[in-house]
Amino acid sequence: MLNSLGREIPEYIEGIGKLEPFQGALTKLSKGWMDEPTIPAPNKAYLPHQSKLCRTLEEAIIRSNPHNGMTVSFHHHLRNGDILLVQTLTILHNMGIREITLASSSLNECHDPILPYLVDGTVTRIFSSGIRSELGQAISKGVLDTPVVIHSHGGRVRCIHTGKIQIDLAVIPASAADCEGNATGSHGKSAFGSIGYAVIDARYAKQVIVVTDNLVNFPCIPLSISQNFIDHVVLVDSIGDASKIATGTTRITNSPMDLRIAKLAADVIEHSGFFVPGFAFQVGAGGASLAVAKFIREKMKTKGLKGSFMLGGITSYCVDMLNEGLFETIFDVQSFDAVVSNSLLNNRHHIEIPAALYANPFNCGCITNKIDVVVLGALEIDVDFNVNVITGSEGKIRGASGGHSDTASGAKLTVVVCPSFRGRIPIIKKRVHTIVTPGETVHVLVTERGTCVNPAFPELEANLRKAGLNIKDIHDLEIEVDKITGIPAPLEYTDKIVGVVEYRDGTIIDVIHQLKEK
Amino acid sequence: MLYIPGNNPAMIQQGGIYGADSILLDLEDAVALNQKDAARTLVRNMILVTDFYDSEVCVRVNHLSTPFGLADLEEIVPLQPSAIRYPKTESPEEVIELLNIIEKIEDRHCLPHDKMTLHAMIETAMGVQNVFNIASKFSRIDAITIGGQDLTADMNIIYTPDGTGIDFARKRIVMAAKASHIDVIDTVFPDVNDEEGLRRETEYAKKIGFTGKAIINPRQIDVVHEVFTPTEEEIRKAYRIVKEFRSNSAAGIGVFAIDGKMIDAPIVARAEYLLRLANVTVE
Repeated sequence: MLNSLGREIPEYIEGIGKLEPFQGALTKLSKGWMDEPTIPAPNKAYLPHQSKLCRTLEEAIIRSNPHNGMTVSFHHHLRNGDILLVQTLTILHNMGIREITLASSSLNECHDPILPYLVDGTVTRIFSSGIRSELGQAISKGVLDTPVVIHSHGGRVRCIHTGKIQIDLAVIPASAADCEGNATGSHGKSAFGSIGYAVIDARYAKQVIVVTDNLVNFPCIPLSISQNFIDHVVLVDSIGDASKIATGTTRITNSPMDLRIAKLAADVIEHSGFFVPGFAFQVGAGGASLAVAKFIREKMKTKGLKGSFMLGGITSYCVDMLNEGLFETIFDVQSFDAVVSNSLLNNRHHIEIPAALYANPFNCGCITNKIDVVVLGALEIDVDFNVNVITGSEGKIRGASGGHSDTASGAKLTVVVCPSFRGRIPIIKKRVHTIVTPGETVHVLVTERGTCVNPAFPELEANLRKAGLNIKDIHDLEIEVDKITGIPAPLEYTDKIVGVVEYRDGTIIDVIHQLKEK
Repeated sequence: MLYIPGNNPAMIQQGGIYGADSILLDLEDAVALNQKDAARTLVRNMILVTDFYDSEVCVRVNHLSTPFGLADLEEIVPLQPSAIRYPKTESPEEVIELLNIIEKIEDRHCLPHDKMTLHAMIETAMGVQNVFNIASKFSRIDAITIGGQDLTADMNIIYTPDGTGIDFARKRIVMAAKASHIDVIDTVFPDVNDEEGLRRETEYAKKIGFTGKAIINPRQIDVVHEVFTPTEEEIRKAYRIVKEFRSNSAAGIGVFAIDGKMIDAPIVARAEYLLRLANVTVE
């Protein structure tokens, strides 16, 4: 069957179930409720003064009823410094546990060591918002029989509510925790800031293990994760490589190209009609996307303009803007450097939020619904403004859906920033390999060679033209870039589906096919 | 004016996207001796196929005293970029020799002699000495520039951030340009991470009369533009001066006052120059 973007979606996939085709960004939400029933969270009981402390992670896992076919979940707040996902799966592998469903909120390069477990059947299904490096390559080549499911950050919460992901065991690294499992990421030697993605896991997993390298006296404050959901607590020497978890402050890029794109994007925002007192703003954590914040910060100071809140993945740059009074509040679901952890801990206007409040489409108002302006990156964008952030130009899985579609859906102005080509590969396509974010939720594309406005938003285009910005038709820009790079040969795929891309409402926006071996 | 090494295809390809008023494809100092031929061919081909958008394109060739200068001209002149930049210009005789060669090449290709201009780089003590004759005698020279690094080397002094050693040269070159009614472009600021230093030096260059500044990194463009672009307040003031001058002139009044300050012909001329820079017409 075809979804509304013309992508062929199977009706059913073994190991995943019946699929519902994407029908529009707000079609399912406009009903006002979610049709799928919500599964109940488990109820558990502990006796007074019963100890939750385990001597080792292995002991905690043994006490958590490991079994074949279980689902194990993790958060990715430790980014590329995480070591516990690999340790946990190794323990389960050594116990002979098979057919595990891995439900990590994202997967990074540091998780490559689990690749043998995909090959030998220890792990047979994966749900995640992002997959990179060797894991992504292997999955693209078809290492798993069941396609991976790529969801957004908000969509993951819905997946857990509906039972699509039924977590048997959640392993939650925390930089500080107490003996009851009250836990946080905001202090300790391995501080990583917000632990927002793990809150839903703690609430819904049948068994929850908090692992920390910093066991503090009861109670651990703040209670980012609270003890009433935690079964076991483990003290370890280290939860990860601190140098890769969070370091220092975020630096704005020095790349002239990224700075050029960022400056153009800031001009777009300034003249869009949404750069007004009280505006809410989200930017990414690196490259051109973060650099937009630099120019917006200057424009806000020049105009004496004060915003409402910043949201999302938070960098030290966002904290600086909060401290300068440019914004009143930060809502932080994920923190990117050490300075952010300090701010989260000490500034009451810097608020830690769970993924559900951040971006779950099926509640009475996630905060992404309140965004005025979001700046997002892209691996590819097509002439219909559909954006791919999951598969690279060579067709392999190497990125993350993350909050891309969540924030684009909520923002009044979604600005996608990217170079018009990378290396010799054009980024603007007639048709992207994989759609993650539908073009109907993308307002503007900013590249170094010009700005393109989605024709669905003529008033915005009029505003930008009036301001004298260099606006091009996206079809013209595509042709201009193709003239420079040439048109790459089309990728060759087999019929086997290796990945299913869920839109945030649970419908299927695209599938990823296995790459043909050359 | 953004310098781009002539042997770097990626940088040349992106040269036009940053909003520089002009880009300078460099075949001289930025290119190692063993890459001169390849760079020349690359620059030729890139000029033919690359869209540099609104940026003018200049090419800095090697000096005719080197084994590469003539070959550079043979390759580049037929493409008729906006300008050829000639390094280490020291005397009018050198310019005459250069123009003879350029015009012969243009004749062979049936090209006019008045389309492509010349920028003379003054970067030796002798060049500074002769700059008035270089700047004033040739209609094809529409800009002179100072090369700070080479000049300090020629003077056997150390280049310092405050520019003390080249200050006399800067001012003499500016004066020669003003006397000849041509543009004068300041030397590069080498520390790309020192934005404040760049701003200070650019402001000084503007103050003593330079009309532009060479840069070596696109990140320097905004600062140079900010310094050289008239502010809104300056434009408004100039507009008022010119407008009132015209209405006073019509009434036969030559000298008048605005906000208590005397306005006469030199002030009006400066206001008109500023409005031309800002592309503003007084109605």
